[in-house]
Amino acid sequence: MNKTVNQKAWFLILPVLLLVAFSAVIPLMTVVNYSVQDTFGNNMFFWAGLEWFETMMASERMWDALGRQIAFSTIILLIEIPLGVFVALNMPKKGFWASLCLVLMSLPLLIPWNVVGTIWQVFGRVDIGLLGYTLNAIGIDYNYTQDFYAAWITVIVMDVWHWTSLVALLAYAGLQSIPDAYYQAAKIDQASRISVFRFIELPKIMGVLMIAILLRFMDSFMIYTEPFVVTGGGPGNSTTFLSIDLVKMALGQFDLGPAAAFSIMYYLVILLVSYVFYTVMTNLDKRDGH
Amino acid sequence: MSDSTRTMSKSGSFLPKVNGSAIVMGMYLLFLLLPIYWLLVMSLKTNTEILNAFTLWPRDLTFDNYLTILTDSSWYMGYVNSMIYVVLNMLISLAVALPAAYAFSRYTFLGDKHLFFWLLTNRMAPPAVFALPFFQLYSSIGLFDTHIAVALAHALFNVPLAVWILEGFMRGVPKEIDETAYIDGYSFPRFFVRIFTPLVASGIGVTAFFLFMFSWVELLLSRTLTSVNAKPIAATMTRTVGADGIDWGVLAAAGVLTILPGALVIYFVRNYIAKGFALGRV
Repeated sequence: MNKTVNQKAWFLILPVLLLVAFSAVIPLMTVVNYSVQDTFGNNMFFWAGLEWFETMMASERMWDALGRQIAFSTIILLIEIPLGVFVALNMPKKGFWASLCLVLMSLPLLIPWNVVGTIWQVFGRVDIGLLGYTLNAIGIDYNYTQDFYAAWITVIVMDVWHWTSLVALLAYAGLQSIPDAYYQAAKIDQASRISVFRFIELPKIMGVLMIAILLRFMDSFMIYTEPFVVTGGGPGNSTTFLSIDLVKMALGQFDLGPAAAFSIMYYLVILLVSYVFYTVMTNLDKRDGH
Repeated sequence: MSDSTRTMSKSGSFLPKVNGSAIVMGMYLLFLLLPIYWLLVMSLKTNTEILNAFTLWPRDLTFDNYLTILTDSSWYMGYVNSMIYVVLNMLISLAVALPAAYAFSRYTFLGDKHLFFWLLTNRMAPPAVFALPFFQLYSSIGLFDTHIAVALAHALFNVPLAVWILEGFMRGVPKEIDETAYIDGYSFPRFFVRIFTPLVASGIGVTAFFLFMFSWVELLLSRTLTSVNAKPIAATMTRTVGADGIDWGVLAAAGVLTILPGALVIYFVRNYIAKGFALGRV
């Protein structure tokens, strides 16, 4: 749609600006403040410059957490995006079964995140959980509180369980918008199932798929509650992702300076990657003539 | 024409594929529902049965776990508190996002694209980064442990999302409608409330659904900003860890009860879910 130039539109944005400035800019400035100061308690602060940033850059703990975080986000994107599209392709198109699938698939999305953690905690426990008990009964040594691989697999399967439906529902919405005529044309050309997907369905769902990737990247990079409830970051530090480490540092040990420097670098990484996704997304939008 | 396609696809090569799809969907839904089933079953068992016997369904069915929650005000007030701040958050977010989304969908102005991205960046901000500063901010202005504090904190990520979704829906409304209304002598506020808002009603519904969803499921901020009076149910659940271990039955029952509001909301919006999840962009 061609828009008109109107500087007065700023007035319509004003309420949002004030609200977000209050709930985002003030706290963010507090963080910036802490990151360049040191304290001996009693609210006595003095200038520390970039000291905390240097400490954090040299901190193995942060790099390890970042490495685990990148590994986690990459793995779940690689599983959830293809699986979500695959599920969407297999969903019923209309009628009772379509509604039923939609309702059941949305269910995990509306469960509070710590309850998601609780569900998987009780599901995976060796003594009382269906999954843990069954796996051990058939001779697979599985214990997510002690074993590194079991903990990782549990956290990843939990995230796939929690969020694949979001990708599937987005892709489904994209598929629903493809006119029948496209499929008819493909049929006349005797296109194979794979080329129908490659040349008709995939290009049409690319836009919503980018939204899915953007949302999944952002949320998986900020993940805190679910792994915290299930593994508490353990065994050892093996599932301590960035947010878990940060909360430990800021609210647990009250190391304000390092935690603030950590926060800012953390936020910048997310911003950078999201900016790339966002630019790709808006370009796709433009190409489609939205 | 579309009829002929449908018969063609039904009688032709589609039949075997339908069965394959049913199997895929069946397995996926089984994967989704099995953990929830386990939670439900656990909530209906006694703790003795949970810990001592491995049973696939409750042998002596009990509703005691639910009774514990529904008769103890420190339990059920958790649900009430969560509901209050979720609704407050929905109202605040919609009220500020509606005019902003309209501006973004209709006009270009100085810095609009940067502003839009800046708004979105707040959706990307990790709550862990904001937990401590929020705590200090709301403590210093005396809003700590109130519903409005949580609602405002959740506005951080919900307002940008609301603007984003609504903008997508509003772009779909032809601009000629605005122009006609102005020619007919409508003032902007009157046009917005009487004509435009009803046109994007489904978009508002979808937005409300997403606002509910993200405010309802969040724990880190709502737990940090409350202690007693506005404590959300999700934080109350940690109470089940007592001196003599975890009260699994009550924990499971509380979990099941947190799923119910979401399930109800989904049921009401089930016909809009597919379009809604595409954020109006299909």
